[in-house]
Amino acid sequence: MTSSTIDHTHDHDHAHDHPVGARRWLFATNHKDIGTLYLWFAFTMLLSGGVLALMIRTELFQPGLQFFRPEFFNQLTTMHGIVMVFGAIMPAFVGFANWMIPLQIGASDMAFARMNNFSFWLLPPAALLLATSFFVPGGATAAGWTLYAPLSTQMGPGMDMAIFALHIMGASSIMGSINIIVTILNMRAPGLTLMKMPMFCWTWLITAYLLIAVMPVLAGAITMTLTDRHFGTSFFNAAGGGDPVMYQHIFWFFGHPEVYIMILPAFGIVSQIIPAFARKPLFGYASMVYATASIAILSFIVWAHHMFTTGMPVTSQLFFMYATMLIAVPTGVKVFNWVATMWRGSMTFETPMLFAVGFIFVFTMGGFTGLILAVTPIDIQMQDTYYVVAHFHYVLVAGSLFALFAGFYYWSPKWTGHMYSEWRGKFHFWNSLVWFNVTFFPMHFLGLAGMPRRYADYAVQFTDFNQVVSIGAFLFGLSQVYFLFFVVLPTIRGGKKAEAKPWEGAEGLEWTVPSPAPFHTFETPPLVK
Amino acid sequence: MTYAKRFKALMPGLALAAASIPVFAEPGPVVTGRPEALQLNLQQPVTGIAAYIYSLHNWMMVVCLIIFLAVFGVMFYSVFKHRKSLGHKPATFHESTTVEIAWTIIPFLIVIGMALPATHAVVQMKDTSNPDLTIKVTGMQWKWGYDYLKGEGEGISFLSNLATPRTQVGEPGVAPTEKRTENYLLEVDNPVVVPVGKKVRLVLTANDVIHSWTIPAFAVKQDAIPGFVRDAWFKAEQIGTYRGSCVELCGKEHAFMPIVVKVVSSEDYTAWVGGEKKRMAALADDPNKVWTIDELKTKGEKVFASNCVACHQANGQGVPGAFAPLVGSPVVLGPKAEQIAVLLNGKHSGKYPSAMPSWKQLSDSEIASVITYTRNNWTNKADENIVQPSEVLAARGK
Repeated sequence: MTSSTIDHTHDHDHAHDHPVGARRWLFATNHKDIGTLYLWFAFTMLLSGGVLALMIRTELFQPGLQFFRPEFFNQLTTMHGIVMVFGAIMPAFVGFANWMIPLQIGASDMAFARMNNFSFWLLPPAALLLATSFFVPGGATAAGWTLYAPLSTQMGPGMDMAIFALHIMGASSIMGSINIIVTILNMRAPGLTLMKMPMFCWTWLITAYLLIAVMPVLAGAITMTLTDRHFGTSFFNAAGGGDPVMYQHIFWFFGHPEVYIMILPAFGIVSQIIPAFARKPLFGYASMVYATASIAILSFIVWAHHMFTTGMPVTSQLFFMYATMLIAVPTGVKVFNWVATMWRGSMTFETPMLFAVGFIFVFTMGGFTGLILAVTPIDIQMQDTYYVVAHFHYVLVAGSLFALFAGFYYWSPKWTGHMYSEWRGKFHFWNSLVWFNVTFFPMHFLGLAGMPRRYADYAVQFTDFNQVVSIGAFLFGLSQVYFLFFVVLPTIRGGKKAEAKPWEGAEGLEWTVPSPAPFHTFETPPLVK
Repeated sequence: MTYAKRFKALMPGLALAAASIPVFAEPGPVVTGRPEALQLNLQQPVTGIAAYIYSLHNWMMVVCLIIFLAVFGVMFYSVFKHRKSLGHKPATFHESTTVEIAWTIIPFLIVIGMALPATHAVVQMKDTSNPDLTIKVTGMQWKWGYDYLKGEGEGISFLSNLATPRTQVGEPGVAPTEKRTENYLLEVDNPVVVPVGKKVRLVLTANDVIHSWTIPAFAVKQDAIPGFVRDAWFKAEQIGTYRGSCVELCGKEHAFMPIVVKVVSSEDYTAWVGGEKKRMAALADDPNKVWTIDELKTKGEKVFASNCVACHQANGQGVPGAFAPLVGSPVVLGPKAEQIAVLLNGKHSGKYPSAMPSWKQLSDSEIASVITYTRNNWTNKADENIVQPSEVLAARGK
């Protein structure tokens, strides 16, 4: 793919400063350092959000109230959602983008290095705001991660802190997206046309546009909530001429593209890994690009399927049902393409491939429940039950998170210069896969039977499945602690030396630089033929 | 409804599509109207639409399962056969326009096959015309209010609170003292009663935040939105008691405001309406009756337990940072006129995130008794320690 052989030994005489210690991270402008910061931030938030989830599962192990008062329980469910979506999954993908996009397109760094620093360092204050909101009077916001009005107007100062945190994280996302778009459109190596670009870059390019389009919409919704709370406006208060359902429309106009923001880069990672381990080019590259773009465009016209029970006119219900069901088509195309890539390949199953195949298998189940939920009459039965909780954890945990794990195992040799322990990686995979399903599969049954979500206490008939779920959740959580202490840290500290291209079938410019990737790469652009 | 009518014109075609769905719903012999332990599917339906949705869901599950088996049959065949360790050499193909068009068109057709019967159900669910009985449902933090607006029983009005005693729930650090029953958190003091086989239209709204009213066995779920009115309908085809729960996060007691609908024969319904009318007549207080303080305290304790305890707590201490304490409260210990005004009109002092709602839908004697109760209970000893229903009546509308 490339003919570049670059001399990487002249780092020291590079014009840029190379600070060490705290200054290296605080003033970081290097895409690799910033990528690392993003990834550590995201992993910290993943574990924090996981602790919140395990507190939820502790209370729900049996009916009755044993550990937490319901008002605190609602704070747990709300903050679990906000922390995982805005703190863990989204920054993790930005971390991957920072690390990999310049390496994949043969650029020396991201386009706006200082803005890159700023967009990362906005995140810790936001996380701090969220964490400390638990300790203000009334505690953290307990209105659900969707912050529906008018419940959101009843919250204490914790709500304002969450709004402020979301504003900051939104600004960070927008800056990150601008950076990614400009980098991809302007800094590709000579000869690397758009339709030759790795799928991960393609999915991120489309995701970045989605982010720029919808983050301001969220900012608008929560700003209106803020002025409703403090400045006497009544955007969402019917008594003053407002409409609480309007909040939901605005929120989900952001919220639905948001779920694709969290899954499209995952599609990209999987599309890199499957061909590498099947030793066969990605099947239907062009149709993958078109399918990604179709999903992104469709994501703007399906938002109200989150709101079927608000009571829309029959025409709206039908429109949003049809539009939502249409998404099954491009998503199906992607799954078929991955399977066709594997077909008649020469496959090996190192940990990245295991997570990628696991992703396809389990994510598709989430896709099917999505199709079932798209059908309005069935959705009305399932709305706000554990069926929905099961569905979005199948796409967000088994989808986004598994793809992130796959990406970690695939690219960590490039990041750290060491090979992770294959046995430990496989142990992590099988534990994650099994306990994930033990945790979330029974939730489908709970939801079908009618157990509502966000309940601190439940009818005794739901006890058995809830106990299974809680046990699975703890073991799933423990598997991620194992990942940190037995995979991530040991791989950073040492291990078998990684070659420049540790995977036989891997393709792309990132494998032409040594492992670990030197501080500065592609100072002279490689030529892609 | 004009759109609904227009869609009805399409119905013959849709009905044909609908009829093509095999019916999987067994004529459920056991209909308990509540979830079952280890239940794997939707609750047993007791309305036509619920049965239709039950079959539609089963049918979609079958289609999804077939696709799932086909796709992953291929994938796992490949996983096990096309391995490097088995010496399989990689093919080089990476495109096939024919195949790609086929697997775009075929899913599209399958999706249409799913959308047609679903359309039929949507149109039916939206058709709330010509009801036999109309009931207004009001969601409140954290209970339901019902007003029978039209049809037999017009004028009946009541609140419906959780009936499960707190001694079964327990609280952090305090174990429950009573055994939980099979209707734990699924029972209310005043269930909705409706006649069997009659079309019941629900008109829903809310007082404070969004709530959502559902009975899974009827396949009805409709948000109750403050300041707006939405409607839904059902026609229950089987006598029995059906249970549901609030399904839109509405604050701390979200899990503690269930919904119970009793479907009875039309004779029983007529008898129930008669009884309710008598009860309501009896409730209309004689404003001139002077109550003793013990009568008021006894009644007040009950009113407190069903309406006030969720926020102000059984010990009257409230919840720090969330709900005001009554013990030692200047409003409770001060002049009674202010406390009457707070109960009738609500109050948002700004010291707590949520407001005290207005309780004007309670009767004069209920308000008088609960005020008297709070003024004489716990360590409270107010100077003005008794409030008569006549004083509440006089304060109304001021």
